[in-house]
Amino acid sequence: MLDTQILVEQYGLTACIQCGKCTGGCPISPKSTLNPRALVYEILRGEEFELVSRGELWDCTTCATCGLRCPKGAKAVDLIIALRAQWIESGKIPATLRAPLTATLNQGNPLVLPREDRSLWADGLGVKNVAAGAGLAMFTCCENAYDPRVQAMPRALVNVLRAANQDFGTLGLDEQCCGSEVRRIGEAGLFEYLRDDNLGKFRAARVTKIITTSPHCFNVFKNEYGKHEIPIEHYTQTLAQLIADGALKFLKKIDATITYQDPCFLGKQNGIYDEPRAILKAIPGAKFVEMDRARERSACCEGGGGRMWLEGSNPKVRIANDRIAQALETGANVLATACPFCFLTLSDAVIATGNEEKIKVMDVLQIAQAAV
Amino acid sequence: MKPRIGVYICHCGLNIANTVDVEQVREFARALPNIAIARNYTYMCSDPGQALITNDIRDLGLTHVVVASCSPRMHEPTFRATIHKAGLNPYVLEMANIREQCSWVHSDRTLATLKAMDLIASAVAKVAWLVPLQEREVKVTQSALVIGGGVAGLTAALDIANAGFQVCLVEKQPYLGGRIAQLDTTFPTRERVADLIAPLVREVTTHHNIHVITNADVEKVDGFIGNFRATIRARPTFVNAMKCDACAKCVDVCPVNLPDDFDANLTTRRAIYRAPDARFVIDARACTFVQDRVCRSDPRCVMVCDRNAIDFAQADQSIEVNIGAIIVATGAGTFDATKKPEFGFGAYPNVITSLQFERLAARQELQPVKDVVFVSCVGSRDATTGNTYCSRVCCMVNAKQARRIKEQFPGARVTVLYADVRAFGKGHEEFYDAVRQTGVRYRRGYVSEIFKRDRKMIVRAEDTLIQKPVEVQADLVVLGIGMTPRAETDEIANILGLPRSGDGFLLEIHPKLRPVETAVEGVYLAGACQGPKDIVDTIAQARAAASSALAPLCRGQVKIESATARVDEEVCAGCGLCVATCPYGAPALNARTGKARVNQVLCKGCGGCEAACPSKAIQVMQCTPRQVLSQIAVLV
Repeated sequence: MLDTQILVEQYGLTACIQCGKCTGGCPISPKSTLNPRALVYEILRGEEFELVSRGELWDCTTCATCGLRCPKGAKAVDLIIALRAQWIESGKIPATLRAPLTATLNQGNPLVLPREDRSLWADGLGVKNVAAGAGLAMFTCCENAYDPRVQAMPRALVNVLRAANQDFGTLGLDEQCCGSEVRRIGEAGLFEYLRDDNLGKFRAARVTKIITTSPHCFNVFKNEYGKHEIPIEHYTQTLAQLIADGALKFLKKIDATITYQDPCFLGKQNGIYDEPRAILKAIPGAKFVEMDRARERSACCEGGGGRMWLEGSNPKVRIANDRIAQALETGANVLATACPFCFLTLSDAVIATGNEEKIKVMDVLQIAQAAV
Repeated sequence: MKPRIGVYICHCGLNIANTVDVEQVREFARALPNIAIARNYTYMCSDPGQALITNDIRDLGLTHVVVASCSPRMHEPTFRATIHKAGLNPYVLEMANIREQCSWVHSDRTLATLKAMDLIASAVAKVAWLVPLQEREVKVTQSALVIGGGVAGLTAALDIANAGFQVCLVEKQPYLGGRIAQLDTTFPTRERVADLIAPLVREVTTHHNIHVITNADVEKVDGFIGNFRATIRARPTFVNAMKCDACAKCVDVCPVNLPDDFDANLTTRRAIYRAPDARFVIDARACTFVQDRVCRSDPRCVMVCDRNAIDFAQADQSIEVNIGAIIVATGAGTFDATKKPEFGFGAYPNVITSLQFERLAARQELQPVKDVVFVSCVGSRDATTGNTYCSRVCCMVNAKQARRIKEQFPGARVTVLYADVRAFGKGHEEFYDAVRQTGVRYRRGYVSEIFKRDRKMIVRAEDTLIQKPVEVQADLVVLGIGMTPRAETDEIANILGLPRSGDGFLLEIHPKLRPVETAVEGVYLAGACQGPKDIVDTIAQARAAASSALAPLCRGQVKIESATARVDEEVCAGCGLCVATCPYGAPALNARTGKARVNQVLCKGCGGCEAACPSKAIQVMQCTPRQVLSQIAVLV
């Protein structure tokens, strides 16, 4: 049986006043029986809690809105992750997670592709290894490194950084999964291994700063790798600074109306709202428009928390589909985002809602590259 | 003459005796030098306990007394009175704190007993050197300063004035009335606030004992209870009230337009405007002519005024007042709802604060609505905003405003989304019952977020009673905002030396026993500057503050510290370090002799100068080097 008392102490659950702020703002609550408030109450009561009948625990996208808005500082999202961890520990791992987790351990990525292929995305670009003395390391999300649908983003980052005369490199084949999703799936042991191994590799390559392509890698390095000395940036921060310094100039006009999806791990969780907008607003010829739900009120794409490998309890309803409708309302023909997961879920939703003619999902990097 | 010392060890029930072996301590004390008697007793502060001391003083001819019990903050005055009753000077007493500093903080009985012995030995070593001091009193300036002209300040000022004392009432705004002047009605009785405040203001402004200074700040306060001196800076309004006939031509030509904070930024006003008390004034911070001597209209207000009422030559006035007591009634601010971005305040014009609702209601400008949602606890009980306290008024404000909507627009669907309903005041629960009976729907859930779908505003929350997320459509959302410490609280706390509680409001000495007194004697708190309060509690506290302030005013005299600093002029080199060190301005260099002298009225006996003096010329009575060194000698 679950030791609920440990959970109560670890996640500050006695602070909970059962106000429902968490559940009311949970992006998947319209489609799932997952109720963070009720979950906290059950754990607080300390009565028998049967984990295996709670498949809805795998619906959580770990957008963290519940914990961020909680007036009493209780962290429902961390409780959900802890419950997933207990589940994983019991050995009853959901079927679709087994291969990604094994591959992350053996191949350094959850896409079940060979470690040796990690740098294929950069073929022909001649990107040097950071160990050669560049200091500044570009860190590519596994998704960006292996998935052909989003390999254009790291390539764009290379081109944009070069246009701004930056000296940088990658970790080459030493690069591997950051562990963000692994931790959120509940595989705490694997996460700790990746954390220690990665920090060791960063130090061995004498990395002085890391720029990530994904908000998930950014968040985990910055907030969950413990105390370390390496400054972490998401590329939107780097680019916004380069623009402000005059080092990065956009010369080509782009005739588009652009709106922007705040990735939860960049916006809500790390307060980075202005930098991506500053980049988009600097694009010549483009018109920037906001969706009603933006910044702190933005809506989750449903791609985080391991959901890239989990269908969830109600695959018929996709919340990303709503997001496309909201983007169309603004009159935009480009829906920009700054996260490979958002890019993939939103792109799927454009096709699912039959709006390929009306709106195109693009990463901020692709837009920046086109404007350089 | 050899001192004859009595040592009295208190058990404090079991508070001390449980951890300290009091009998062993007594035997130890008995063997110390110059001890005539050592006793222990269950409660030394009780009548029989005190009788032990007075009898011994009489029968054994004690010259000095040590009481080993609780903190001197608790019972030093008690035992000083005890020995005084038996004919000793009250200042030949020393307390050894074996409760707060020993039994309460230790668990090892042997070690705690040894520590109690050390504390008593050190007190005995000191007490022999204590000298009798004279208790002193000074005359009180029999008038008061009230800072803040809201309902708390007005009420307190009236009570003091009606008792026959002069009051100086200082208000920051150019008008009296404070926060409640902005409100439409009260709860739970739903009286029009204007009907309450107007007579109060009239009574204050016409009272022969009250001197009102509006548009003014308290800049500096010196002195101590009974003898404060305050410097007040009165800012000009640049409009001569005697000449102005309120024609308002000036307003039409003023080029500066700014949000009207009195209307909670719902409307705008000009730099010259009709203040809520109907007098015309110029907002110095907004008027470009006041600020930079430039005006896009040249300034036209002066030109269009037929009565030459506008006078830019008016200057700041510095006013000094001597007072015996001060009441701080500076009120509270309101929570800035943009700090809860999920509610869309600022993004949606139809999301308003409860204060804005009051202004709309008072101005008779509520628009017909179909679906209204009230949100509770906005900026209160909320760690994400840092305001963890309950603001105490918002639940009833929500209820009152929901009822107002129902009354004015009976067809409207009104929903209150709440986390808890707190209806603890007199008549509040009954009011809450009555509001629900008008058809207002209460649903339990703290609003999560507000967004638009198909151009309609959607309020999203979990209805925790049906355990499901719900979406309530709204054409008006009212945020029940809480109270916050005013931005100027820092300023007033620094000027008066007042501590603040963790929530940022001004701190009373004791939440139950001394709720209106502050750490600074003679300074009292009234109203929401001390914490969120409704009008009922504000007035009650204002009257309590007035009555506390009246005590020294009525008596005409106050006791002052006897254990003050004295300068040995033979030793003093006149370096002036003591003058620079003293926070009370007590020491000064004598112009003739060049030596320091300490004003015995201003001195608080803190010992700062004694520590600073390089030639050891200054001694604080009851903390002289000889007394302190003798304590240290037995301890190390």
